[in-house]
Amino acid sequence: MTSANNALKAENLTIGYGERTVIDNLSLDFPAGRMTAILGPNGCGKSTLLRALARLITPEKGTVTLGSDNIFSMDTRALARRLAILPQASKAPEGITVADLVRRGRTPWRGLFSAWSEADAAAVERALKEVGLTDMSERPIDQLSGGQRQRAWIALVLAQDTPCLLLDEPTTWLDLTHQIEVLSLVRERNRNQGVTVVTVLHDLNLAARFYDRLVLLGPNGMVAAGSPQDVLTEENLMTGFGLSAMVLPDPITGTPMVVPR
Amino acid sequence: MRAMAVAALALVFAAVLTLTVGVREGGFALLWQALTAFDPTDPAHIAIHSIRMPRLIAGLIAGAALGMAGTIMQAITRNPLADPGILGINAGAAFAVVIGSLIAGRADNGLMAALAFPGAAAAAVAVFALGGGLKGDAGPVRLTLAGVALSAMLLSFVSAIILARNEALEVFRFWVTGSLAQAGMRPLGYMAVAAVFGSALAIAIAPRIEALSLGSALARGLGTNPGRIQFGALVAVTALTGAAVGVAGPVAFLGLLVPRLARRVGGHVLRRELIASAILGAAILLFADTIGRLVTPPAEIRVGTMTALIGAPMFIWMARRLRAGAGA
Repeated sequence: MTSANNALKAENLTIGYGERTVIDNLSLDFPAGRMTAILGPNGCGKSTLLRALARLITPEKGTVTLGSDNIFSMDTRALARRLAILPQASKAPEGITVADLVRRGRTPWRGLFSAWSEADAAAVERALKEVGLTDMSERPIDQLSGGQRQRAWIALVLAQDTPCLLLDEPTTWLDLTHQIEVLSLVRERNRNQGVTVVTVLHDLNLAARFYDRLVLLGPNGMVAAGSPQDVLTEENLMTGFGLSAMVLPDPITGTPMVVPR
Repeated sequence: MRAMAVAALALVFAAVLTLTVGVREGGFALLWQALTAFDPTDPAHIAIHSIRMPRLIAGLIAGAALGMAGTIMQAITRNPLADPGILGINAGAAFAVVIGSLIAGRADNGLMAALAFPGAAAAAVAVFALGGGLKGDAGPVRLTLAGVALSAMLLSFVSAIILARNEALEVFRFWVTGSLAQAGMRPLGYMAVAAVFGSALAIAIAPRIEALSLGSALARGLGTNPGRIQFGALVAVTALTGAAVGVAGPVAFLGLLVPRLARRVGGHVLRRELIASAILGAAILLFADTIGRLVTPPAEIRVGTMTALIGAPMFIWMARRLRAGAGA
């Protein structure tokens, strides 16, 4: 599954809202089967970039390719079978159960009149198992804890069963334990199935621990892209965040750890 | 599944009541006779065939259509107060029929059928535009206010027109408060076709509406086209509401009550909810109609008044609950 067909590539992307240009002529590779985190200060265009990668917004210039296909000329449903996105802070209909929410991830696989299939049921079951909510599948979402709720949303995009998975700040509002839980299960899907993952994240140290590649955006465009060691340097943190920090090896994983001064 | 069976039984019971209650003595035995061994010389048999049957059919069409329309509207607007009556779509259809037949100087079935649908569609579009639906997601309160205002305005126009024309009072009163009386005069055939079309469309696009109810960004990520789903839902709601108004006049609040109950029967699976809505909508409308015929004999209370008597307090209760809750 780790074929180059699942690599995302942004080419000369320029995206703006009205007069303001948020992303200016950005070219970036998101290699197939790897986990890439997009980092940067608020307002630097992280979410904008992610939304363009999922075709939720159309860039002024440039394009995005998935494998050899330009995503802006692909059929909507064909794209949804290859690429899933979980936007920020989605809201569930009142009273919906975990299973009913997760089932909606199968939308791109269902025809206008086709019934629920074995494959649909299997994908939902597997997604629930991966996020550890099998036993709670019949519970209403609003009765779950914040961490469980976020896992249910992730199960929805896992049930979509795409080789490419985009997540917009999936750990916001969660406590540290649940942040780790969420990122672990995303990495498990990545390791087991070679899924390409792109995530907008705030926490630099968690990004360094869980992700293969980091992209650091600053107020004036991209600062660095590459392995955590290459991206999380004191100089880059100053350019990107205006943050004076020390970078030490994480005592447990050896990945870079940012300690603000 | 058991809940669905109970709902279906309730509908059968309501249908039998509609056919038998008030038909002198004889009750069920007489009904059975009239259905299996129709005697064209027996006035009781004739009453069942020419008065009760159309009444039952009108009730089935209007109840099922309004229940389904309410369920689609609530799903697509994420607004628990959405209802064809409250959002002014009933009033739009009634207004178009009254104005149109005045201008044309006639009020035949074909004309009414032709007018009810564009009226319903125009009102639906107007309410979404007024409620801010075109710019993004219309908040439940704004959308509801826009609908209530439009509905009040259109129905008061209809009243003003009717009051100014004495001879038309009896004919046109039907367009202010819905009723199942004289259902034999309504274009039952046309409206049944429209209702079936609307139901089929609603059931076909139900999974996409479910995706859209997760927000438009996620819906697009799931490979659906929000604009196209909204258009499909609009066509379905228009066909269903137009059909209901065509056979029963504007019946308010049914589309508000039914979706809540249907969710209990169908869970959060929209196709099941829609089927449950059709069954429950028809059952509730027929029960309300039968009660309306029983309380003040020989006069009857119009079914539109009956649903308002049950629905208005429910609306107030739900509106209060909405404010106390998350609000959005």
